[in-house]
Amino acid sequence: MNKDIVACFPQWGSYSCAFRYLFENGFGVKYMTPPPLTKKTIEIGSKHSPDYVCVPFKYCLGCHIEALEKGANCLMQIFGACRLNYYGELEEKILRDLGYDFKFFNMAEINFRSPRSILEHFKIVNPNMSLVKIIKSLPTTINIIKTIDKMEDYIRKNAGFEKDKNALEDTFNEFKEKLNKTQNTKQYKKLKKEYTKKLKSIKINKPHHPLRVGLVGDYYTVQEPFSNYFIEKELENMGIEVYREMNLTNTIINSKYKNSRKTGKRYVKFDIGATANYTVAEALKYAKNGLDGIIQVKSFGCTPELNAQTVLQSISRDYKIPILHFSFDSQTSETGIKTRLEAFYDMMQAKHK
Amino acid sequence: MIVGIPRALLYYKNEKLWTKFFDELGIDYIISPETNKEIIENGSKYAIDETCLPIKIFLGHVDYLKDKCDYIFIPRIETAQDTETCLNFRAQYDLIKNAFRKYDIKLLFYNEVGHKKHKEYKAFKKLCKYLKIKKSLGKYAYQMAKQTQLYYELFRSEYQENILKNSKKIKVLVLAHAYNIGDKYVGEPILNMLKKLNTEPIIAEYFDAKRCVKESLKVSKTLPWSYNRHLLGALELYKNMVDGVILITTYPCGPDSMCDEMIVRHYKDIPIVTLTLDAQDATAGIETRLESFIDILNYKRKNSYE
Repeated sequence: MNKDIVACFPQWGSYSCAFRYLFENGFGVKYMTPPPLTKKTIEIGSKHSPDYVCVPFKYCLGCHIEALEKGANCLMQIFGACRLNYYGELEEKILRDLGYDFKFFNMAEINFRSPRSILEHFKIVNPNMSLVKIIKSLPTTINIIKTIDKMEDYIRKNAGFEKDKNALEDTFNEFKEKLNKTQNTKQYKKLKKEYTKKLKSIKINKPHHPLRVGLVGDYYTVQEPFSNYFIEKELENMGIEVYREMNLTNTIINSKYKNSRKTGKRYVKFDIGATANYTVAEALKYAKNGLDGIIQVKSFGCTPELNAQTVLQSISRDYKIPILHFSFDSQTSETGIKTRLEAFYDMMQAKHK
Repeated sequence: MIVGIPRALLYYKNEKLWTKFFDELGIDYIISPETNKEIIENGSKYAIDETCLPIKIFLGHVDYLKDKCDYIFIPRIETAQDTETCLNFRAQYDLIKNAFRKYDIKLLFYNEVGHKKHKEYKAFKKLCKYLKIKKSLGKYAYQMAKQTQLYYELFRSEYQENILKNSKKIKVLVLAHAYNIGDKYVGEPILNMLKKLNTEPIIAEYFDAKRCVKESLKVSKTLPWSYNRHLLGALELYKNMVDGVILITTYPCGPDSMCDEMIVRHYKDIPIVTLTLDAQDATAGIETRLESFIDILNYKRKNSYE
């Protein structure tokens, strides 16, 4: 393993465990778990980024700067269908202007049609990497991601009703910590078995018809708990079952959203970009399944989600389902969010009875 | 049948193409009037607060047309010059459909997708099929319209280059999207201000798109938006021939928010000023900033002569 190269990917949900496995076993470089997001991260990020760029960019930039100061020297950024496509280039420019010295692996630059281009870009991370190792480590990485998503899904649906508070969350955190030390598939499989059992054995006292809420929104905000001000936890504390389908497993690995345009055909005729079609399809599904409410979280000025918001309003009117829209910026007050959530909860409960 | 064309967004890009196409086919059309305060206010009612100003204006124009015609013409252009357009152009059809649900309006559209060579003609062919027009007639109309549009663009770009070469006034390159600079309410006041200050505004949008997009590859590899590439390429091409650059954006434009930052960081030796426009019509602030900017340009030119 090459210990001089320290790779880092911005903080994104709990996936850093999976990325660590891929980089240490596949690419053969050291991986630094990104420093947890704090108020300071977003402060640094917004200081150096343009004024009204979407918030995920500010989080990524802040996270990268913090990582660079802690000793990372190989940063990376993914690509997507919206502004995300340009994140990498602008981030690199800003960081270079600040005077940092690092390698940058920008996935938007890869031409995925040519294997040579892929190989060349992989070599930015580690010049002596072996493709065989990367391919060998991929199945386990994917399995780790799937396990994380499955466990989080279970926690979201049950955390509101557990007997000892935070038991599920603590067990999951323990699992993540141990996952960060696994070196091969065998260890991971043993760990998975152990902790799945542990999670299932925690006692849960669920009423027959609990309140159910669906969470939709843009790719980063809905998945990164810090950027949506721990809205999931807030809902769980109120005793609500939270549904959320947007995660890596469903979007990239299983491509569950292949039929999203067909599902939302009545409201949306064309591909309206990025995650907007998913949002519409998901919201429609929740509405049809009789959930008590839908919450849309998005970053300020997110174009695809803004267009989806108009569509969501039509769905809300047709199915008589309340929808709460949250727009997060770098300076959103937590009390404001809490008040709105409480009012929404009261309304749902009145409707539920 | 009367077709209503909203004077917003893509209209400023394809003005001659659309009007000539309907002229050739003998279809009556009306174009909504120039943007004014009332249209913006009406548009804001339908829009979500955060949406960008051009979309609000667009909604206002559709609102004006909704009971004056049988069809409203809202094309959907996904790709241009081998790159994408802003996501709002992809969603405008569905946006209008959902925002104007109560009114039961009929929309006429053509859908330009993919990167193939004759994608525009294919899109128009489908439009003709929908309108039940003979294939040959449709093709003729499209070709005439396209030629008019191309000649118009060529004329515009040559006229601009002439000014660029011959004018002795202070030359300012204005980087703004077609729907911002062409708009009576948004862009025109700024152009008038610049003319009043005895400068020559050069509009980047009017230069040849193909050449500009090609040139922009030198600066940025991954910039995904075609219309921003057009502006960036124009700046790269003519940066040595102009005295200063003005970036005009509307709040909160997605592509511009990132592209402008890139421009400011990349071109460090050219004087650049960024103007962010809003629905409010207080021009005093902008006027002051422009005046001081032009003063700097004047001063810079004098010093370089001595």
